[in-house]
Amino acid sequence: MSITKPDRLIDENGLRIDGRKPSELRPLKLEVGILDKADGSAYVEQGKNKILVAVYGPREAHPRHIGLSDRATLRCRYHMAPFSTEERRSPAPSRRDIELSKVIREALEPAVISEMYPRTTIDVFIEVLQSDGGTRCAGITGASLALADAGIPMRDLVVACAAGKVDGKIVVDLCDLEDKYGEADLPIALMPVFNALTLIQMDGLLTLNEFYEALNMAKEACKIIYEKQKQALKNKYYQIKELIETEGEK
Amino acid sequence: MTLFIEKRSIVVPGEVLAEGKYLLGPNTYAKNGKIYASKLGLFDFTQDKIIVVPFKGAYIPNINDQVIGKIVEVGLFGWTVDIASPYEALLPASEVQDKRSKIKVDLTKILDLGDLILAKVVAFDRTRDPLLTIREEGLGRITSGRIVEIPPTKIPRLIGKKGSMINMLKKETECEIYVGQNGVVLISGKNVFNENLAVEAINKIAMEAHTQGLTDRIKEMIKKRREQYVDNKTG
Repeated sequence: MSITKPDRLIDENGLRIDGRKPSELRPLKLEVGILDKADGSAYVEQGKNKILVAVYGPREAHPRHIGLSDRATLRCRYHMAPFSTEERRSPAPSRRDIELSKVIREALEPAVISEMYPRTTIDVFIEVLQSDGGTRCAGITGASLALADAGIPMRDLVVACAAGKVDGKIVVDLCDLEDKYGEADLPIALMPVFNALTLIQMDGLLTLNEFYEALNMAKEACKIIYEKQKQALKNKYYQIKELIETEGEK
Repeated sequence: MTLFIEKRSIVVPGEVLAEGKYLLGPNTYAKNGKIYASKLGLFDFTQDKIIVVPFKGAYIPNINDQVIGKIVEVGLFGWTVDIASPYEALLPASEVQDKRSKIKVDLTKILDLGDLILAKVVAFDRTRDPLLTIREEGLGRITSGRIVEIPPTKIPRLIGKKGSMINMLKKETECEIYVGQNGVVLISGKNVFNENLAVEAINKIAMEAHTQGLTDRIKEMIKKRREQYVDNKTG
């Protein structure tokens, strides 16, 4: 079954195709430390998106020549599983996968303090298990969690979220249908503490005013996600603490 | 000079810790007069120093660190040693043989592939791989015992203030415990029960390193296990 274009993406009440308000995010679930073998890991569920991120490193650079003498090399692999979309995808990295790997790496690089570990590599693996639009953003959000979980020194976490234009309205956190049949899509990545953008892409058309409106909406969304990110990182250790306290009461 | 958060609270990278003329401790950095955390960990401070005690992280060698490593390569002039770090360590052959003697010794006869060694770091500066020595009392090939691996960031907790934790462990479990700063711990005890006890205790310490009153809890756990053991034997 192939997806057909819906008649309209926003109904008479101003609600979107999945029942959200224009500035409403999809339900978000963030977890860290779920892979034992990886140095750091994270799992992201954003709406129907399901993404697994693993981080290895800093580890010895292999092959030797990719090591840099003044900092660690950050390597990034974004990949969509063959079963992640409606129609089977070839498991080989596509043009799109390679491009996204690059932009995600560049979105993470300003946050990682790579000068601490010269001649080593830090590997980030982003595996999309199920996709529903905005996977690059969810991937970045997850990757920065996994990096922090691995104990890699960072200046700040990185949060990403998209905004766009659908049926003439500016909306935030686009799902697959809105992304495909909407007028514009504007994914951004943000280092929230410094209010610094590390990724900004756009396809479609926006007027200058619409652009600023979308940008501000995406930034606001990033700040909401950032709070959840902090909670996810701390939760893992609070849980152990709580467990001990309840045991003590017994 | 102001602090923004409470002592011993969990911080994430990028969290603002303090403002003013504090000294920068490990895992912190300063920007525009403010001090930020650079790793996930516990916030701590002394009079004038801001510290983040990390939960996880790679082992970065320091000179005079005692480490436990595994021989992964035997070359003509020495051994390559895996010390659970991003940097592979080198143990030169001159460590074990007289430089002037012309007789070439087969290095595999001294230390072979897969052998574990207790060694000390003599040189390291991140631009070159760390250099090890085994020419000191107590260092060299490990012939018996059990190995436990924990994250290297938990080693300070395993040792405790002035060795309070590790001394308690040695006394209570009646085991010899050698702690490698790289997160590898060697245990050798009189019997399997004692060794198991030490392994369990060390894993518990690594798990709960960020909680308070840990030394007492570990002590209690060992006591309980001993009672259970006696009960099982008599009952």
